[in-house]
Parts: sequence; structure tokens; C-alpha cells
Amino acid sequence: MNHVLIVARNTFREAVRDRVLYNLVFFALLMIASGVIVGQISMDIETIVMVSLGLSAISLIGLLIAVFTGVGLVSKEIDKRTLHAVLAKPLRRWEFLLGKFTGLVLTLTVNTAAMAAGLFLALWFVKHSLVRGDAVVLVGVYFILLKLTLVVALAMMFSCFTSPLLAILFTGGLYVAGLFVAQLRSLQLTQMSAHTQKFFSILSYLLPNFENYDVMGAAAHGRAISRSLVLHNTLYTALYCAIVLSVAAVIFSRKDLK
Amino acid sequence: MQVEDGEVFGFLGPNGAGKSTTIKLLMGIIFPTAGSAQILGKPVSDVSMHRDIGYLPEQPYFYDYLTAAEVLDYFARFHGFSAAERKERVQKMLRKVGLETAGKIQLRKFSKGMLQRVGLAQAIVHDPKLLILDEPMSGLDPVGRREVRDIILELKNAGKTILFSTHILSDAETLCDRVGVIAGGQLRGVGAPGSIVGVKSLGMEIIFELTGSGAQIEKVRAKATKSGANYRMSVSEAELYAALEELRGASATIISVTQIKPTLEDFFMELVGKDRAQAAAVEVSGQ
Repeated sequence: MNHVLIVARNTFREAVRDRVLYNLVFFALLMIASGVIVGQISMDIETIVMVSLGLSAISLIGLLIAVFTGVGLVSKEIDKRTLHAVLAKPLRRWEFLLGKFTGLVLTLTVNTAAMAAGLFLALWFVKHSLVRGDAVVLVGVYFILLKLTLVVALAMMFSCFTSPLLAILFTGGLYVAGLFVAQLRSLQLTQMSAHTQKFFSILSYLLPNFENYDVMGAAAHGRAISRSLVLHNTLYTALYCAIVLSVAAVIFSRKDLK
Repeated sequence: MQVEDGEVFGFLGPNGAGKSTTIKLLMGIIFPTAGSAQILGKPVSDVSMHRDIGYLPEQPYFYDYLTAAEVLDYFARFHGFSAAERKERVQKMLRKVGLETAGKIQLRKFSKGMLQRVGLAQAIVHDPKLLILDEPMSGLDPVGRREVRDIILELKNAGKTILFSTHILSDAETLCDRVGVIAGGQLRGVGAPGSIVGVKSLGMEIIFELTGSGAQIEKVRAKATKSGANYRMSVSEAELYAALEELRGASATIISVTQIKPTLEDFFMELVGKDRAQAAAVEVSGQ
């Protein structure tokens, strides 16, 4: 486990020294700040506009970082051959992979926390106070972070067996498909054969369900989010990530590096 | 092929012969389709023995956002040293490879030669029993090559086993107890640099001064090759004394008489030449 933390620490350090990430977070904060102006021209619904815009900005910037950095985590090390000296240490390949994953999730946590702090600051500016009910926004931020964690795992897995460009496309495609899992599950076309219906049913359970993480409406309107959903999403993310990372580790441990 | 404990073993071959591929197989960077290899009595798939191995990749690349000291500290962490031990080792290694003043500079500002030195430092930071160095002299200027050579000799004197690949034959002849020659993906010979090329003499070379004129002198001059202010003549061992008599008759001043032995380079070139001839023959028969 110590080896995982060594790699994670270095991955985090790399992110800290990468100016692109600062620019992205700055851009997100700018979007949140613009929400203050948009909110002022939206009569009586400032908070709803602010929270919706803020969570969307956090989600969008987080997704960009998760997909692009996630895909590059391993592929960049292979391309630049920085991996050769690392693998000559008493380090197993899965430890390296898990370390990279942990490092990026840690980076995303810090980035998301910074953006969430910006959002709460903007909320306080608009409302001049924060109430207990605003904590629901925090749950929304937490769900975004869970979603990003799963996206990183998927991006890493794809990058283990395909080119970075295809890995980005696959991850993006799976993310979009995962937003429509409920629709896929309720798809009942009369012209479909029983086999096809069965196929779509199984597919809907195999696809990562990104719909579950979307609580923007509830957060914007200050509606409570059930504890069971928090627990469900947390366990779902942990289990799905464990499976995806295990597949990635098996592929990566057999991969010939150039 | 077997590398013995405590020896310096040179792995020689032309570009594309399979030197780096073999080393990558040993380090678990790529996997064999057949065959097996062991390091320190353990199969190469067992990464636990990496604790006792130091590896310098060919044209090493490291995280360029880190400083030299940070890179060494990062690699030292995998060996479980305490913070104080790491600090001490990092400084020691930087001194050893001549980078003590560049420890706080990010690697993106380093030259190829400096990166090579960082590569060597990270390979020895944990004091390994065995060193596997892929082209350790590559990218270095003559001073740097000399320094790396001295470090290898120092490590050898400290009882380390060293396997290094190179296509610079003089380095192999100077440093190695034994060499293995690989060409076309096949091992073509293993032994001491002297024995592998054979001890058979290729003849004798006489260097001499020759002045004046006359029939005898002109006869000698016609057989010799001008080399600067002197003349050079190559004869077989059987003809040596007759040649010396002839030179005495022409009042030549003998400067040196040396036995001509094949060098590792001759052996190497012969192998490469054979391979190319064979490849050409296959190509012709294929057509």
C-alpha cells in the first residue's frame, strides 16, 4: 500500500505543478461568479440559477480534467518512457495503476473543493447568509466527485489497451450512454424481439449509471436528498471502480511497453 | 548466457541486434514469447528482487517537472528508506555523478548528458547488488564517459555485479571481465574480450625511419607504407626476421615491432558483415 501512496503523491505533485489545471479551476470560478450577475437579473430565483450554474461548472470542468488527465495518466508514462525506471523498482504494475488513480482522485477532490468553496462564497454573496438547507448543495458536489472518480477509472481502463484518442472517445461515449440508463431500462418497443429486449435490459445494468449522480434539481431547489441515495451512490461507485480498475490492472500487467 | 557474481559483463551488438530488448525482458518491461531468465536465482517476473537491482534505461526519461533531488528521493522511497536516510543518499548520489550543484533544478532544463547522470544516480541510490545499464555512455561527452567509466569501476571494486550494453567497443574492452556478443537477435559468442576474438596473431607490424637513397633503400620503400615521418610494414610472423635483416641492410632505424591481434571491433564487424551477407542471400533467393 505504501507504494500506491508514493505514486499517488507524485501524481498529485505533477497536477499541482500543471498550470492547465489552475486555468480550468479559474475558469470554473469565473462561471460561478458570472452566476451572481445572471442571478440578479433572474427575479426571485437567484439561488436556483446560482446553484444550477455552479454545479454545472464544477461538473463540466471536473469531467474535462477527469477524462483528459485520466487517459494521459498511464499512456503518457508509456509514451515518454518514464515508466521504465519506475517499474525497475520493487513495485507491482497494479500498485502503479492504483497510485495513479488515487493521485488523480485526490487532485480532483482538491479542485472540486476549491470550486465548491467558490460556489458557497457566491451563494453567500447573493443571499448574505447560509442556512442548514444549503448543505444539500454539498451533497450535489459530493455526487459530482463520485461521478468523476468513476470517469477516471473508465478513462484509465480504456487507456490501458487503446490509443489516447480512442480512450477519450470511449470514455466520453460511455459517459453519455450512462446518462440515459433509465430510459434504456424502460425501453419497450413492440417491434423488438424478446432477445433484443433482454440485451438492452442487461446492457442497462452493465453500463455505469451516471443518472444516479444527478441531483442538481434537488440541490437547486433545496430539497433534501435521502441518506439511502448517498449510501447507494457511494457503494455503487466503490464497487464499479473496483471492477473497472481490476480489469485495467489485468490488461496493464500483461502489456508490453515499448 | 550467464553473468557471474561480481563481474562486469558487456553486452555487445550493433543497433537493432536485440540488446535493449533482452534488457527490457529482464526488467519485466516486455514479456518473452518463449524461454526463461533468472536474476539472483529468481524468475524475472518476481518484482521483489528489484530491491537488489539498479536499472538505467536507454536514453532515460524522468518526470521533467521534478528536480534532480526530487527524482532521486522519489525512487529512494520505493526502497523504504527513512526521510533522513533518503536525504543523505540523495546528496551522496548527486555528488557521485557530479550534479551536486544542479540538485534543485527541474529536469526539463537538463541536457541529455545530465539526464544520463540522473539515470545512473537513481540506479545506484539504493546500493543494489546488481546493476543493469542500457547504453550507460550514450549521450555523454568524453569527460562524462570517463566519469561513468570510473563509477562503473568503483562499483566493480565494491563487489557489485554489472551488466551493461554498449556498441562502443573500446568501453567494453576497458571495463569488462567478459562480453557477450549479440547480432540478429542471437547470441554469437561469450567470453573474455581477448579470448572471444581469438588469440591468433594476424602478423607483425614494423615501424621504422628510412633516409637516403640507393637500390636497397628503394626496394624497402616500395614494400612499406608512409606513415607521417616514418614508414610502416606488415609481415607474417615467419617473415619477421628476414624483413628485419632487409631493413638493417637498408640502414633503417627500427622504431617498433608489434604483434597485430584482432580487436573486438574486427570480430564485431565480421559478425555484422556475415549477417548482412546472409540477409542479402536470403533476399536474393526469395526473389
